[in-house]
Amino acid sequence: MSAILIFLTVLALGAGWWLSRQGLTVKPWLQVDHAGTVADPGPSRHSPAQLGLGLFLAVVGSLFALLISAYIIRAEAGDWRGFPLPWIVWANTLTLLAASLALEWARSAAQRGALAVARTGVIAGSGAALLFVTGQLVAWASLTESGYDISSGPAGSFFYLMTAAHGLHVVGGIFALGRTLGHIRRADQDNLGWQERKEQAGLVRISVDLAATYWLFMLFVWVVLLLVLSGWAGAFLALCGQILSGSGLT
Amino acid sequence: MANIPHDATNTAPPAELGEMELYHPKSWWTKYVFSQDAKIIAIQYAVTALAIGFVALVLSWLIRLQLGFPNTFTFIDAERYYQFITMHGMIMVVYLLTALFLGGFGNYLIPLMVGARDMVFPYANMLSYWIYLLAVLVLVASFFVPGGPTGAGWTLYPPQAITSGTPGDEGGIILMLVSLILFIIGFTMGGLNYTVTVLQARTRGMTLMRMPLTVWGIFVATIMALLAFPALFVAAVMMLFDKLLGTSFFMPTLVEFGEQLSYGGGSPILFQHLFWFFGHPEVYIVALPAFGIVSDLISTHARRNIFGYRMMVWAIVIIGALSFVVWAHHMYVSGMHPYFGFWFATTTLIIAVPTAIKVYNWVLTLWRADIHFTTPMLFALGFIVTFVNGGLSGLFLGNVVVDVPLSDTMFVVAHFHMVMGIAPILVIYGAIYHWYPKVTGRMLSEALGKFHFWVTFVGAYLIFFPMHYVGLMGAPRRYFETSDIMVLPDSAITLNAFMSIAAFVVGFAQMVFIFNVVWSLKNGKEAGGNPWRATTLEWQTPKTPPEHGNWGKELPIVYRWAYDYSVPGAPEDFVPQNQPAAATQGAPS
Repeated sequence: MSAILIFLTVLALGAGWWLSRQGLTVKPWLQVDHAGTVADPGPSRHSPAQLGLGLFLAVVGSLFALLISAYIIRAEAGDWRGFPLPWIVWANTLTLLAASLALEWARSAAQRGALAVARTGVIAGSGAALLFVTGQLVAWASLTESGYDISSGPAGSFFYLMTAAHGLHVVGGIFALGRTLGHIRRADQDNLGWQERKEQAGLVRISVDLAATYWLFMLFVWVVLLLVLSGWAGAFLALCGQILSGSGLT
Repeated sequence: MANIPHDATNTAPPAELGEMELYHPKSWWTKYVFSQDAKIIAIQYAVTALAIGFVALVLSWLIRLQLGFPNTFTFIDAERYYQFITMHGMIMVVYLLTALFLGGFGNYLIPLMVGARDMVFPYANMLSYWIYLLAVLVLVASFFVPGGPTGAGWTLYPPQAITSGTPGDEGGIILMLVSLILFIIGFTMGGLNYTVTVLQARTRGMTLMRMPLTVWGIFVATIMALLAFPALFVAAVMMLFDKLLGTSFFMPTLVEFGEQLSYGGGSPILFQHLFWFFGHPEVYIVALPAFGIVSDLISTHARRNIFGYRMMVWAIVIIGALSFVVWAHHMYVSGMHPYFGFWFATTTLIIAVPTAIKVYNWVLTLWRADIHFTTPMLFALGFIVTFVNGGLSGLFLGNVVVDVPLSDTMFVVAHFHMVMGIAPILVIYGAIYHWYPKVTGRMLSEALGKFHFWVTFVGAYLIFFPMHYVGLMGAPRRYFETSDIMVLPDSAITLNAFMSIAAFVVGFAQMVFIFNVVWSLKNGKEAGGNPWRATTLEWQTPKTPPEHGNWGKELPIVYRWAYDYSVPGAPEDFVPQNQPAAATQGAPS
């Protein structure tokens, strides 16, 4: 369960740092305010949707950390054998990277209010994301054809399980991109008043920002999964272990 | 993506809120059925959870019929017995306790107690309930599929959970797993709502350290649940794969009727790790809201500020964090490395420290206080006693050398029923008696309430106290029938019959509670806005029951903490949170 414990430790450190700045040592029973003296703390740095997404990504992160934990435990069994990773997953990584870059581009465009550029970025991102999903399906098909179906070995089972879990999150993200495009379309109408236009532009900014954050996270998760599935992560850790034992630390 | 909420873009929204920004229901359906108002969603959650909880209560009667009077009731065969215990456990832990504390009390109390108009994502909140209801319906459907519901035990351990010979190994287990997956998806939507609402929709002046402990308990429990439920999710999905797609995540090499199954190499222990990585935090997901609620009940009904508020908050946070590193104390007999056992025993015992701090603080709050023995107070006091009893036997079981001989005996059953069955249920009842006047505008009958309390409290002890002794005598849990084994003395058999009779009496008292809830809707005494003369914001709403949007035109402003009871020099023995300091102490500039 090391992967999930490391993930939760990172979260706990973050939460602890945040809590340490929340004045948890004050004595609230001594602090009574007078009418009119309660300060307005001002707008928060993050919108509720951004905070909500951050928390959601923590949940998704723990889901994948648990899958990796399960992978590590299962890999200790005697029947574990290697598994040929189809070459196309490396190409898919590039398309997911492209999707994420396109959305980063859209994010910066939305920040400065360039709606047309943002739209191009989101459409390009959606296209690349669709390509990624298609590529993953091709990877499945090629594996099944070469005789590695979901039940033919534990490493393969984990490959199907992890790519499916990640793929479903990507598909969900594509639907969210559709909503983002809807926001851009509404903000780009000609008959809007000044106030309304400003509100809609704010919605677009948040929506694109959320999308870009989500896709960056999906990219990160995929890279970690790929490192685990390809055995590179294991090889790297083994190397670290050798270096440590070589230096007499363990 | 989450929709943009109406009033939560600032940590302290402007005191006046444009009516346009709230979601307004347009028909009866969107107002009372597909409602986005957290209060309606709370009632929907609570009614659904209590309804399925009563199914689990009836199942417990059937279990007790068999245990108390073996070989008497022929309609209970071994297969059915296993189905009853499995469904009883799963329903009570997940579908009743978790859903009621977080979905029910969380939805009702968080927005009101922090001074918000609603949850920040009302649509996701509505969806959360409907997915929960779907999960419950899928669970109920498993009673009606061929083979019936799963009888794998509430822990659903593989390989037996999905191999033939276990009741419900075809449809039952699949529906169970699907229902759990749905529950977790629904809960995640609600949980994100509760967390973000606490973090961002608090009204002006409501600092974290001015929040009532109820909100603290629900808040930390929600974060824990968000991070712990994925473990159950992963376990359920992987077991579904093993069952339906022939993978071997959990399934070892097996021979059945002389034939080798297609499984091989999987690790049942892996499932146990995943299950308990959820399962142990789950204990505190249920306990922390109970801790919080009890703190508020005691403070209000003893007219005294809670003792050691800061310690109470820190203890909640520390318990939440520690509960993620104790899970393997449920697996001492699975064959673990002795050092692991030592580590998990140590962390388990360390949790007793913050927990004990809470118990001491409750007792010190009561010390020389103006205790009003109202029904909510009786339930809160009952909780403290029961929680201490159940917690103490937990200290025994947390030690590997004591746990190994006691494992899988009725002692364990008695322990967890005391600590996470009876204790949180007592809090739920106390909370219902306490907040029912706010929800409905009418008081529950005190006479029926006291009857309900005494029968439930004394009755629960008559059931579970003797069970410890039966367990110490060696009575195993999960056995359909023990009389043929002849290891138990006659006294244990008599005790078993006695416990069963007590269980029927306690069950009857719950019917009185239901009658009280329904009868008081129309006939209860008018409650007024603040019948308990409490300080927290939910009692200061302009209307009772609170309207959609909770507050009138202006959001309340918070000037003080939640526990200003019996303040020296104050004209009344409570000062609401939204009352500023007296002008005589120096007017603001």
